[in-house]
Amino acid sequence: MPPVFGVLFDGLAYGMLLFLMSVGLSVTLGMMNFVNLAHCSFAMLGAYVIVTLMNAWGWPFFASLPVAFIAAALVSVVLERLFFRRFYNASELSQCLLTIGIVFVSIAGAAYIYGTDVQSVQLPRYLVGSLNVLGTDFPIYRLFLIGIALLITVLLGVTIESTRFGAQVRAAVNNQRMARGLGINVDGLFAVTFALGSGLAGLGGALAIAMLGLDPSFALTYLIYVLIVVSVGGLGSISGSFIAAMLLGVSDIAGKYYVPAIGSFLIYFVMIVLMMWRPAGLFGRR
Amino acid sequence: MTSATTSGPVRAVDHLQAQMRWRWGEVAFWLATLLPFVLTPAYLVLASQIAITALFALSLDLILGFSGIISLGHAAYFGVGAYTAGLISTRGWGEPLSGLLAGAVAAGIFGFLTSFIIARYRHLALIMITLGICLVLQEAANSANWLTGGFNGLQGIHTWPILGRFEFDLYGYTAYAYSLIGLFVIFLVARRLIHSPFGLALRGIRENSARMPAIGAPTNTHIRTIYTIAATIAGVAGAMLAETTETVSLESLGFQRSADVLVMLIVGGTGRLYGGLVGAVVYMVARDQFSGLNPQYWYFWIGLLLIAVVMFFPDGILGGVEMLAQRLRTESWAKSWAESWAKSWAKLWTKP
Repeated sequence: MPPVFGVLFDGLAYGMLLFLMSVGLSVTLGMMNFVNLAHCSFAMLGAYVIVTLMNAWGWPFFASLPVAFIAAALVSVVLERLFFRRFYNASELSQCLLTIGIVFVSIAGAAYIYGTDVQSVQLPRYLVGSLNVLGTDFPIYRLFLIGIALLITVLLGVTIESTRFGAQVRAAVNNQRMARGLGINVDGLFAVTFALGSGLAGLGGALAIAMLGLDPSFALTYLIYVLIVVSVGGLGSISGSFIAAMLLGVSDIAGKYYVPAIGSFLIYFVMIVLMMWRPAGLFGRR
Repeated sequence: MTSATTSGPVRAVDHLQAQMRWRWGEVAFWLATLLPFVLTPAYLVLASQIAITALFALSLDLILGFSGIISLGHAAYFGVGAYTAGLISTRGWGEPLSGLLAGAVAAGIFGFLTSFIIARYRHLALIMITLGICLVLQEAANSANWLTGGFNGLQGIHTWPILGRFEFDLYGYTAYAYSLIGLFVIFLVARRLIHSPFGLALRGIRENSARMPAIGAPTNTHIRTIYTIAATIAGVAGAMLAETTETVSLESLGFQRSADVLVMLIVGGTGRLYGGLVGAVVYMVARDQFSGLNPQYWYFWIGLLLIAVVMFFPDGILGGVEMLAQRLRTESWAKSWAESWAKSWAKLWTKP
């Protein structure tokens, strides 16, 4: 396969993972202006859940994926009720510090339970290998990633655009006070959205193991990528997050492939320039 | 402290002069910094690193505590100072004071250039940009193997005796004296700065950045100035670390160091000059005591500490002490302390 397509394909698959891991943060940030740096800890939680289920308990891959989603969603909503809720009106600095504290605790907890080794999972046989289409090889797992992420994107889009719940979410993102004034239970709505977003992050983390690997520093390493996606895409914008994730995925892989000398920091440089050009993100309105 | 007995409004000059007066607590604090020479001579190397870290935390306090600029990438300037001083030394000029100056100038120039970006943004964009600058610099230093030694760090630094007389010894006598004097001198400058009209303007920007331009304050210029000053001080701290430890590693400009110094400042208490100093002492001593611990587990306690500080003592250790001291002065201090604590607690824990 020509390297251009290979890079593009890998970049898209990577971008899909980043999208799954960041879309929840984008919506919750847009709604409550809550800077949740612990979002990737939920992704890491999902990933460790699937590692435990598959390696220790022998669960099949597809049965463990929903559990990763549910576990991340449940834990996140407990934390939200216990801690985060009290900081919606606090300063950004307090929010950052609280959540970075949670990140530190989660990293240490993961290292304590699972050690600092890189974990892996055994994929089912039909997801391993590659598919030959018109003389080019496509790794099946990456095709599967792209497929599942596209499916979730469509589901999300339909939910947000054409359900009552979605309309309420959009209203709350747009103007939280006004939405409250119209009788929307923003707090309840937020708890549900928060759980959904963290669940998606957990699912993304679980899917990411086979491509990115998993060790306790996952929560911090990918936090930076997720923050880039969210801030470049614009807060509260699902399509913005999607496009930003694809851009980031492709340019990161392409940068590392074509210009390895500067590839690792090209991405940060691009982010700085984009943030300077549009501080509210590519598709943000604030 | 302020003139409660005089009638009429307090003039700004009087207010500033009252603030500037030295208090007994401050004198005691600085006298106590001399104690390690006598009491714990075995820990002078650690003491010197604490003093350097305290200086770094002080520089962050100037922008974060006094001007409200949140930075997740302050280690960038620390690293520029450290690498500048280290590189000059590996090229054969190990004179410490000029190395310090070079580190300060390099970090100051870098700070001045980036301050044009910093002054224009706030909120999430600002956090991401400061983080991005730090990460770009770290990756750049990692890639520029020929200059910085990359992952292995800068090797072969040799620092000459200070003023040609005081040799850096193994026990850290000179190193501690050197860093303590540096810390004290720069602290005096920072203290003077904070209690000047310029310092007042900075606090105005922190409290309400929209209203300050409306009363005619050149907000952007002020932010650029203080950011450059803070970067310079961070550069001095970095250069000092390079000179006293005779190594510079990539870690000196990474995200981890930025996060560490932020934690120290928050634990100590922001916006009160001594917060970073107290925080650095507590943090570094605790880390030294727990150094047998796996670094992963060390961050577990740091994480818990951060959560606890943000939830229960939003003003850090010094804020807590101040609250306690205020209550001690009133007659039924225990009761009123409990009351005020419960009040702030309730404020935090009730729904908006």
